[in-house]
Amino acid sequence: MSGALVAAVLTDPARATVLTSDAWNALIAAARAEQLIGSMAVRLDGLPIPPAAARIMADARVSAEQGRVAALWEAEMARRALAPLGVPVVLLKGTAFVAAGLDAGRGRSIGDLDILVPRESLDAVEAVLLAAGWEWVKPDPYDDAYYRRWMHELPPLIHRERDRMIDVHHTILPPTARPTPDAAALIADAVPLGNGLSVLSSEDMVIHAAAHLFADGDLQGGLRNLWDIDRLVREFDDAGLVERLMARAGRHDLVPATARALRLAKRVFGTPVDGFAPVASDALFARRLLARDGWGRLRHKGTEFGFYVRSHLLRMPPAMLARHLWTKFRKT
Amino acid sequence: MLRIGPVGFRIGSDWRAPIGALGDLYRDYPLPEDGIVDFNVRLFAARPWRRFVRPAVTIGGDYMLPDALPLPLAQGLLAAEMGMNLQMALAQRRYLLLHASVVERDGRGLLLSGVSGAGKSTLAALLMTRGWRLMGDEFALVDPATGLVHAFPRLISLKNQSVAVLQCAAGQARFGPLLAGTPKGDIRHLVPDATAIAAMDRPAVPALLLFPTFGPAEAVRAVGAAETFVRLTQASTNYVALGERGFATLRRLVQDVPVRAIDYADTDSGIALVERLWRELA
Amino acid sequence: MGARYRAPPPGHVLILSLDPLTAIYHRASGQTHVVAPPVPEMLALLVDPLTPGELLAALGERYDLPDGDVAALTARLDELAAIGLVTRDAI
Repeated sequence: MSGALVAAVLTDPARATVLTSDAWNALIAAARAEQLIGSMAVRLDGLPIPPAAARIMADARVSAEQGRVAALWEAEMARRALAPLGVPVVLLKGTAFVAAGLDAGRGRSIGDLDILVPRESLDAVEAVLLAAGWEWVKPDPYDDAYYRRWMHELPPLIHRERDRMIDVHHTILPPTARPTPDAAALIADAVPLGNGLSVLSSEDMVIHAAAHLFADGDLQGGLRNLWDIDRLVREFDDAGLVERLMARAGRHDLVPATARALRLAKRVFGTPVDGFAPVASDALFARRLLARDGWGRLRHKGTEFGFYVRSHLLRMPPAMLARHLWTKFRKT
Repeated sequence: MLRIGPVGFRIGSDWRAPIGALGDLYRDYPLPEDGIVDFNVRLFAARPWRRFVRPAVTIGGDYMLPDALPLPLAQGLLAAEMGMNLQMALAQRRYLLLHASVVERDGRGLLLSGVSGAGKSTLAALLMTRGWRLMGDEFALVDPATGLVHAFPRLISLKNQSVAVLQCAAGQARFGPLLAGTPKGDIRHLVPDATAIAAMDRPAVPALLLFPTFGPAEAVRAVGAAETFVRLTQASTNYVALGERGFATLRRLVQDVPVRAIDYADTDSGIALVERLWRELA
Repeated sequence: MGARYRAPPPGHVLILSLDPLTAIYHRASGQTHVVAPPVPEMLALLVDPLTPGELLAALGERYDLPDGDVAALTARLDELAAIGLVTRDAI
């Protein structure tokens, strides 16, 4: 499977020096589908690979660099808009990785700007962003009410000039999800970048990536999240990292998710963590994470559907899920 | 798999017919270098039964538009061409992509940039029949490192009346099937001539830029640097994505290349006007 | 509430004269802005942070403007701040 080839080459770039042209085509298609082409291009920089592949990788590095500039600018514009409020603003995910200069940010594709602010500041943050040119993406009152009541973020906003989205979170999982992370601790222990913005502490960054991997979506794009986790753990690695990580995960109610993420990272990318022996159900997750064919298409449609329902169940208790589906159904 | 200029494509399909048509029309084109393609295009049935029941071709690939409407299977060739264009428009990062047709003489390139319906494909195809080398009817690929324009001589997409014009002017050339009633009207593809295919790896120095408009009485107008700059940013699908390299590439074009806007009422006088301006300015 | 405005330092923007307009490539944002006079002149002066009043005086001194209007200039500066080409620092 091409997903497995993507993982193998990311882990050991020298593998790319012996690929057939068919394998290259499958590798590139699957890496693009997983939005890992930039990360792969960084890993392959300088290796002896065929000129046609080298050009594609050079393009991907340039493209990722332009994406980095755009992501940092979006963060800067949010900073300028929010600065008068004087509230803490914590960058999350890809933007945080590049702003902090982490390995996980090298070549990474970055979409929306994700920020974390204290829950009690949400109304003020929303008002300031609306005044500074951001607008609601969906004018639908049901979706709006749904987000406000049940989600961990404001409904998505898009900037009317720059056409970029911002997701304003007040915690890292929806309040309807069983685990309830300690949002105040996330903000209290965030690390300032010196420009008025901050990023999560090392441990919280890994835990957030783990929570995001399992709780947000149907594992689509999960291979990139898992690659984030591998890069973060390798960069932060010291004698006590895993102990600190698991203690912190306990505080956020996220021990199972963090443990599974570390097991999967170890299984797929060889992430160096002691212990974390595989459990049976990991195989199902791994198969889903690596399910791409030679054209970058998802395989195992059945597995995919199972994960979609599962992710909804995680977010919403059953009665609420029924209500949600009913309202969605009536609208269509 | 095929290569058009510097860009390699791999095209897959749930049906055999579109691949057969492509293989025939592109039979003289080379294979991608190293067998490694820049982009994948996939024509697929959005629902399994759509392979057989009123087959509808959805355009997919490495980069996709979320809400692209499917085409009937009879227009599968058009779907494949649109799929290749889509990969270029969404993801080409090596060259500045300008919506322009390009022809070449003596190593120097003439760029015709305009909106759909300005006649850039028709003019380029006619110039090809008059001894110019066709470099492309849709995209000009400008290399930020050198300023040279690279050829992208895909099939020439002729619409409506221009099909008859070219059947008259290029009788012995190869045409694809008539695709009637597409979203863009009646379309027939014209295969670029042997010179265009044989020389497609040779870039050209941009020497003249024209903004043609089809319809009004013949006129030639000077175009200021500001208007040229803005029109080229609008004619580019990847100017913003290229960042500073895009800016530097446009700077060079605006500073080095003479520019005119031209109106022409019929293709004969349009060709005469283009060749006259080439003699005077390029 | 007053404010000082400052432009990106030299080297952070690339300038292309398109007489009579000017294209400005802003490296930090990756955006290109096509602007009319006196925006390039304003940006050149704002390499040192200035209030609208100070900027108006400096423009008058150098470019022989007939008469100035601080309110109009402030509005232009706020537009430039909205696209991020100048930074507004409250004082």
